[in-house]
Amino acid sequence: MTDFPLFPEQASSVAPLVDGLYLFLVVVTGAVSLLIWLVIFYFAIKYRRRPDNELAQEQEPPAILEMTWTVLPLLIFIGIFIAGSLVFFRMQAVPSNALEVYATGRQWMWKFQHPTGQREINELHVPVGRAVKITMASEDVIHSLWFPVFRVKADVLPNRYRTLWFEATKTGRFHIFCAEYCGTSHSGMIGSVIVMEPTDYQRWLAGGTEGSLASQGEKLFQKYACDTCHLDNGTGRGPVLAGAYGKTRPIEGGASVVIDDNYIRESILRPQAKIAAGFQPVMPTFQGQVSEEDLIRLMAYVKSLPAPQTAAAPPVESTPIPTPTTTNVVTTTNP
Amino acid sequence: MTSTTIDDAPHIEPSPSTQERRNYLNDEYGVLSWLLTKDHKRIAILYLFSVTIFFFVGGIFAFLMRLELLTPEGDMFTSDTYNKLFTLHGVVMIFFFLIPAIPAVMGNFILPIMLGAKDLAFPKINLASWYIYIIGGTFGIIVIITGGVDTGWTFYTPYSTQFSNTKVFATTLGAFITGFSSILTGLNFLVTIHRMRAPGLTWFRLPLFVWSMYATSVVIMLATPVLAITLVMLMVERVLHVGIFDPALGGDPVLYQHMFWFYSHPAVYIMILPGMAIISECVAAFTRKKVFGYKFVAFSSLAIAFLGFLVWAHHLFVAGISVYAALVFSFLTMLVAVPSAIKVFNWTATMYKASVSWNTPMLYVLGFIGLFTIGGVTGLFLGALGVDVHVHDSYFVVAHFHYIMVGGTIMAYMAGLHYWWPKITGRMYPEWWARLSALLVFVGFNLTFFPQFLVGYVGMPRRYHAYAPEFQVLNVLSTAGATVLAMGYLLPMVYFAWSLKFGRKAGSNPWGAVGLEWATTSPPPKENFHETPVVTWEAYDYPAFLKAMKETQHV
Repeated sequence: MTDFPLFPEQASSVAPLVDGLYLFLVVVTGAVSLLIWLVIFYFAIKYRRRPDNELAQEQEPPAILEMTWTVLPLLIFIGIFIAGSLVFFRMQAVPSNALEVYATGRQWMWKFQHPTGQREINELHVPVGRAVKITMASEDVIHSLWFPVFRVKADVLPNRYRTLWFEATKTGRFHIFCAEYCGTSHSGMIGSVIVMEPTDYQRWLAGGTEGSLASQGEKLFQKYACDTCHLDNGTGRGPVLAGAYGKTRPIEGGASVVIDDNYIRESILRPQAKIAAGFQPVMPTFQGQVSEEDLIRLMAYVKSLPAPQTAAAPPVESTPIPTPTTTNVVTTTNP
Repeated sequence: MTSTTIDDAPHIEPSPSTQERRNYLNDEYGVLSWLLTKDHKRIAILYLFSVTIFFFVGGIFAFLMRLELLTPEGDMFTSDTYNKLFTLHGVVMIFFFLIPAIPAVMGNFILPIMLGAKDLAFPKINLASWYIYIIGGTFGIIVIITGGVDTGWTFYTPYSTQFSNTKVFATTLGAFITGFSSILTGLNFLVTIHRMRAPGLTWFRLPLFVWSMYATSVVIMLATPVLAITLVMLMVERVLHVGIFDPALGGDPVLYQHMFWFYSHPAVYIMILPGMAIISECVAAFTRKKVFGYKFVAFSSLAIAFLGFLVWAHHLFVAGISVYAALVFSFLTMLVAVPSAIKVFNWTATMYKASVSWNTPMLYVLGFIGLFTIGGVTGLFLGALGVDVHVHDSYFVVAHFHYIMVGGTIMAYMAGLHYWWPKITGRMYPEWWARLSALLVFVGFNLTFFPQFLVGYVGMPRRYHAYAPEFQVLNVLSTAGATVLAMGYLLPMVYFAWSLKFGRKAGSNPWGAVGLEWATTSPPPKENFHETPVVTWEAYDYPAFLKAMKETQHV
């Protein structure tokens, strides 16, 4: 009980925007509410019932008054909508140079994986002044990753990846909370984000690791025998993965999908959902065999594969095909 | 009881012979005469007892939670117990108190009388609705006794279907069954309002209570079946492991949230529209004026009912819907705020140059307008996407919806209970004590819930058994407020009970209010009116009414 803040610290680039909007709303709605109360109190006292009350002549309400208090609030509300949406766009637009971190929620802990291979539980080390993008999924129920000092939050789902980003502007140790009720120890599903100076962060990154995330993924790629079908020369039973990430691929049935984190995840867990055009549905499911963290490792490996030099990879098209029909295009987290 | 209540009301004491007349309470005696009654007034009393029991059960859960939250550590209950407390608090308060309370108690009692009808259109269905409610409620009680449920009142999947090992099935079955009681009540109201208005009682002569109940009934009829469908799917997945919502079975957990909120957001309006109904009546009665902008207030109820169906996904802004969907629902959320604002402005304007009484119902009305305004404008914070991302699932949300549900609906319920108590029982409650309790409720409520806005923005998530130490001061304030609030709610239990025996006899029209319910005796006779009334006046026509009263007094 030593300190007792009435306002949270501002420690990210969007925090001042959120707080600005919040305080603007406090002032506007506070002023309107105060006005209503004052009028009510004034009327309640000024027109308080007297024994020999003579009622004022009833008048038809002037239409202009009704119009005013219909249209004016509407305009204010639309203004609030626009302001809120502008801040939201800033929250959703992930900077392209963002540092990638992966998160897995489970009852009742947060697990983080860095591309360099570090793995943390209930702690997340990030550098100050650099955008950090977190790609996350849940192992069990729905969780929600909340960084109050960064003013960002996103639910973590058990069936697909979602992303969230922030750019920390202040070093220090801050709360991480689970915001979506997830069972017994929901209130114990907490942790700390440690924002460090870039030099300290580099020193921290140099600490012990079992090799980069991609190299951990490569071992799994062999362990699960993915490499027996996904050959690099295009002769395998599965499509070539090298350089495929981010491309648009036609699938059986005529539609096409963007190869993103969610498509890779789905292709491992439910391979039959969207078969690459020209291939047989022969891949077995790995649902229940590959953990969330291993999925992230495999994905990091696939993403790390450079495009082959030769142009011998027919299934992958380099030009995006506009297809509004596939769900993957729609569910691809956020633009 | 001093004379301040009614000193200024025009007295039209009924003649002694009408005073001693048989009424719905002394028409028949015995337990069966209540349990098998088809009289809407007696059914309202049955509901009054039932919802009051559930209100205090839900209140006890809330109070135990507030005690636990006095300290940051989870030291009073285990986490599992705490999780059951907030779940049961929500389930009991929403499904067994807030949704049925005003329609099934006040609506049941007053609506047919306001229409000049002898009863609702389907008296047997009305009685059946109470039994259905009791069966649903029994499941609720069984759940409480046999170990509780810990999913939160929202039953989010896949936690509720695959992970929780508490009594999810029985709870959802109870909510499912209770829903049919709401549907039957809504159906009964709709048919009654359409078919059973007294001669001359045209649509625009209806009291605004009726308009608002009509809007409520429409929402109940259209939304509740969706809840039923959703809960059935939940039970099917939980028991038969058919994959609908659980991704491990091939389902989609966010689909559940869409379906759940497609009912549960309109359900917010099922809870607040009846509150608004009471406020419109009381504003008119205690200011002696026609409600300002009658048609605007009437149509704003319908607008709320309509727009209320189009905003469900604002509960999902961080749940994984697309940016475009979020934009659309944020915009629609702003629209639904407009009709509520119209109501607040019109109620306020009604007080202009009025004759404002400070009797207890009006104190609750003033409290309602103030608190509902806060609840409404904080809804704008949540509708604004950029702010919602931060405060979603925090105590800010908890504070917001308690300002609407408790500061709004329960304040209105208390206003209505005091306003119609003399009509229902034939006795006046003690005004001084009632004013004291209104004050306690207002102070206690604000002390409980205002700090939660602050602690939510600072970063305290909802449904937390233990919390970070820096949140403690605000939580202690909140618990202190809950204590005051509890006293404010217990006090009426005492003086209402007292008034049944010792309260002054009320007479037909203790408030000098217009409206058909005040044209019959208190308590009303079994058939409500001895002769079917013929309505020749506009709603809330106080000048004409007072003039007529003066003339009769001079005669």
